[in-house]
Amino acid sequence: MRLMSLAVVIAALTLAAPAHAAYGYRAKPAGHPAAPPVAPAAAKVTIGNFTFGPQTLTVKVGTTVTWTNDDDIPHTVVADDRTAFKSKVLDTGQSFSFTFAKPGAFGYFCSLHPHMTGKVVVQ
Amino acid sequence: MEDDNHRPASGGGIARRGLLKCMAWGGTGLVWSMTAGRATALGLDDVAAPVPARSFSFVQVSDSHIGFTKPPNPDSRVTFREAVAKIAAMPQKPDFIVHTGDVSQLSRPEEFDDADQILREAKLPVFFIPGEHDMLDDENGKAFFDRFGKAAQPSGWYSFDHHGVHFVALVNVANLKAGGQGSLGPDQLAWLKRDLAGRSSSQPLVVLAHIPLWSIYPDWGWGTDDAAQALAETARFGSVTVLNGHIHQVLQKVEGRVSFHTAASTAFPQPAPGEGPSPGPLKVPADRLRAALGIRQVRFTRGDQPLAIVDQTLSV
Repeated sequence: MRLMSLAVVIAALTLAAPAHAAYGYRAKPAGHPAAPPVAPAAAKVTIGNFTFGPQTLTVKVGTTVTWTNDDDIPHTVVADDRTAFKSKVLDTGQSFSFTFAKPGAFGYFCSLHPHMTGKVVVQ
Repeated sequence: MEDDNHRPASGGGIARRGLLKCMAWGGTGLVWSMTAGRATALGLDDVAAPVPARSFSFVQVSDSHIGFTKPPNPDSRVTFREAVAKIAAMPQKPDFIVHTGDVSQLSRPEEFDDADQILREAKLPVFFIPGEHDMLDDENGKAFFDRFGKAAQPSGWYSFDHHGVHFVALVNVANLKAGGQGSLGPDQLAWLKRDLAGRSSSQPLVVLAHIPLWSIYPDWGWGTDDAAQALAETARFGSVTVLNGHIHQVLQKVEGRVSFHTAASTAFPQPAPGEGPSPGPLKVPADRLRAALGIRQVRFTRGDQPLAIVDQTLSV
């Protein structure tokens, strides 16, 4: 089980930020008092052509997800329940970040163009 | 409920049906004319009509997106001002303007200011409904409604009468749900039912909403999830004209006695439904931009003349 979750983390990091994958992960036992601080995991979602990419993103608890709007139309990132997380309007090139502290599946959408939907699965 | 088909004739048989009469191209503008169902029969025998109809016109502008400065339009204020100048120069002076939403690009105060100032140059009353771009402040459209809304209806929707024609201004861009399209919501539908109750079915209706009230292209969200419930409330009326914005192009459909019309933007065109990877701005060359933007004049003529909807581009 432990091996599996490690594999998922590495896969997610590789997908999201291949250049920093090796740096972002340190194979130290959790809770070890002498362990150096682990760099927080990060992942990216790009908004383009009125879609979230990847539409479903799987990350480890504690990961900060950053959405960046590459469209020439403004979009938003709003949790389906409108409370878990909610960006201000993102104009072209602007970003919004949210750190997922709890496991679960978090659906979200663009409140301007609600046919645009995505999901973050936190493990 | 009265049955229009059993009422005495008051304007010739043809006026008894919402009959598509004529469609003609005129220059670069589309001229779309039809008998307006009972509208053409609205007469002195119709005591339920609150005001005797007289001929009048109004103008629809839409999707001015003040604040938009990207290809294909480096400054949407410039083209909006040109649109307003065309309204001010119309030989038949309109009674008022309706703006069917997306007044601004990002709901910023300065964008609303600029739109307001430019529209004043027409020297006409203006009725507004919001688009989704006008709801981007932190309070779900409060900035828009404070400035452009009708005080009697803080929730944004309202109606009014003008020379025998009943106008209904709907809001289908608030509290949108994930995966959905435009939405009116149960409160607004209940209000609409009350608003139309007791009205003569011979009174012409004009229904305004930003997102189309007919399903044009659901994959791009070009429709309204509960539009059918709203249209059911209008079903007994002899003439229903639905004016929408949102898709930045002129499309029409006639279904029974209801005619649906989307309007051109004054800022930028969007692709035809489903043509291209997304509904983002269509990047037409600079010398073709104004042919892809436009305004619309709607004329109600008393008597047997048809209701006329004339779309005019900014290039003529």
